[in-house]
Amino acid sequence: MTTTTLSLEDVLTRYEPVLGLEVHVELGTRTKMFCGCPTTFGAEPNTQVCPVCLGLPGSLPVANRAAVEATIRIGLALNCQIATWCRFARKNYFYPDMPKNYQISQYDEPLCFDGWLDVEVEPGRTVRVGIERVHLEEDTGKTQHIGGATGRIHGATESLVDYNRAGIPLVEIVTKPITGTGALAPAVARAYVTTLRDVIRALGVSDVRMEQGSLRCDVNTSLHPVGATEWGTRTETKNVNSLRSVERAVRSEILRQAAVLDAGGQVIQETRHFHENTGETSPGRSKETATDYRYFPEPDLVPLAPDPAWVEKLRAELPEMPAVRRRRLAAAWKLSDADMQAIVNAGALDLIEATVAAGAAPEAARKWWLGELSRVANEQGVELSELPVTPTHVAELQTLVDSGRLNDRLARVVLEGVLAGEGTPEQVMAARGLEVVSDLGALEAAVDEAIAANADAAEKVRGGKVAAAGVLVGAVMKATRGQADAKKVRELILRKLGVEG
Amino acid sequence: MAAISREEVAHLARLARLAVTEEELDTFSVQLDVILQSVARIGEVAATDIPPTSHSVPLTNVLREDQPRPGLQRDAVLAGAPDAEDGRFRVPRILDEEA
Repeated sequence: MTTTTLSLEDVLTRYEPVLGLEVHVELGTRTKMFCGCPTTFGAEPNTQVCPVCLGLPGSLPVANRAAVEATIRIGLALNCQIATWCRFARKNYFYPDMPKNYQISQYDEPLCFDGWLDVEVEPGRTVRVGIERVHLEEDTGKTQHIGGATGRIHGATESLVDYNRAGIPLVEIVTKPITGTGALAPAVARAYVTTLRDVIRALGVSDVRMEQGSLRCDVNTSLHPVGATEWGTRTETKNVNSLRSVERAVRSEILRQAAVLDAGGQVIQETRHFHENTGETSPGRSKETATDYRYFPEPDLVPLAPDPAWVEKLRAELPEMPAVRRRRLAAAWKLSDADMQAIVNAGALDLIEATVAAGAAPEAARKWWLGELSRVANEQGVELSELPVTPTHVAELQTLVDSGRLNDRLARVVLEGVLAGEGTPEQVMAARGLEVVSDLGALEAAVDEAIAANADAAEKVRGGKVAAAGVLVGAVMKATRGQADAKKVRELILRKLGVEG
Repeated sequence: MAAISREEVAHLARLARLAVTEEELDTFSVQLDVILQSVARIGEVAATDIPPTSHSVPLTNVLREDQPRPGLQRDAVLAGAPDAEDGRFRVPRILDEEA
């Protein structure tokens, strides 16, 4: 393959990429878009269906208020205009993933349109991605292909269909063409989907989990020679199921198209499939043209006409957007962009914020979550939020350190106990008998013993070599199994030897 | 001039998965042409200030609260299916060989 010999940087000195991203988000409503069937993930096949979502004769759809409001909220968060009047449209096609032989969608009258989303591609480099439209439709059923290789539709002899997913509200978010990003194009695509996911998660309208399919992404890519006024022919890459794959799919499709153009060939407008294992794309089924869907206004549903008061109420209820929140917290915690990025990448932002809210200093909260706890999470291969330790535990632990009841070493041991499910830090301390020795009498006795056992070192300290006190401190710490405050021990030793520290 | 060609009728029949004979194509294209021409006459009398009608009732925002309701039992659901397997609808091969 020629594609492997080209480098992206080289290719993009000659060609300009244009990207377009279509993201589908399954809303987290309790019921489907047009009927009251539950939407629980992972239910037995065909147990969450009714005459409406099965398209049985005589049934009629009614739109879900929560889904309409969720879509308007997404539109507002993406700085869109909200339609004052719009209709659902019927998209006609024959494919067994929809039992009705059509999908209810929106066509030329989307609920939200003409917005933008600012995307930070790297610290200090923000790209504004235009949003063409945000519309509401229904998801399709799940098909399982039998008889073909590896469950693919090609070569399959039959298919099995589960309609539990058919009719779940689905929001489609389409960008305007993204131009002028050059070699940053793959990173821009990834950053856009990441930012969009964070915004939608902050809105609380979907769990946006790519691996479960509640956020799905199609990537449109085209190339044209640098300086050309007309854009090249685009391809649409599907099956892009992770953030990393978004970046890889753009990269591989740019390289593939460049190789075709370099060889004097023409890019064919087609749907391509992304392959997670190879990172390359291959041709999919030939795309039906838009007119073949014979869209027409859905006669079974009356128009949506969100009045300004309703929209403004939804706008007023919008939560703080993730980018704004990060800037606010970075300022409050006195962090650099890079520090904040590290926190976000570690999935620690919510945890640190909650730990600070529980009373810990930001720096201490950050130290625990990005240090010891990140190490443990990494070892166990789990997310930080999945560890059996809460922000309240961490704040309590830090309070114990600050008050001198635990030193750093003991605090780490206590944390081990908390992680092992032994209870709160206080409970672990009590159960394991871990606490800095604060009984002055016991400490003085230990110091006396250490001086007696290390006469040489004691003599040197008396003679002014204060550095030699380290040996004595070490001996006391050993005798108290580390449960002494090293600073206090040192002071005691120096005082007893007649040297003021 | 005909409002719809014989080829367009054949195309629509294919999209709708209808097996239409050559004779039927002749019949349907004439009949559909009459229907379309008749409907087109409405366009001649409707002035530009009359918007196209898609719904005959003057309603908007007919919405339902997000409250789950029990659906159908699976046995009942699959009873209407020509074929089923493992609780799923069983359907013939989806793509033609050349696809």
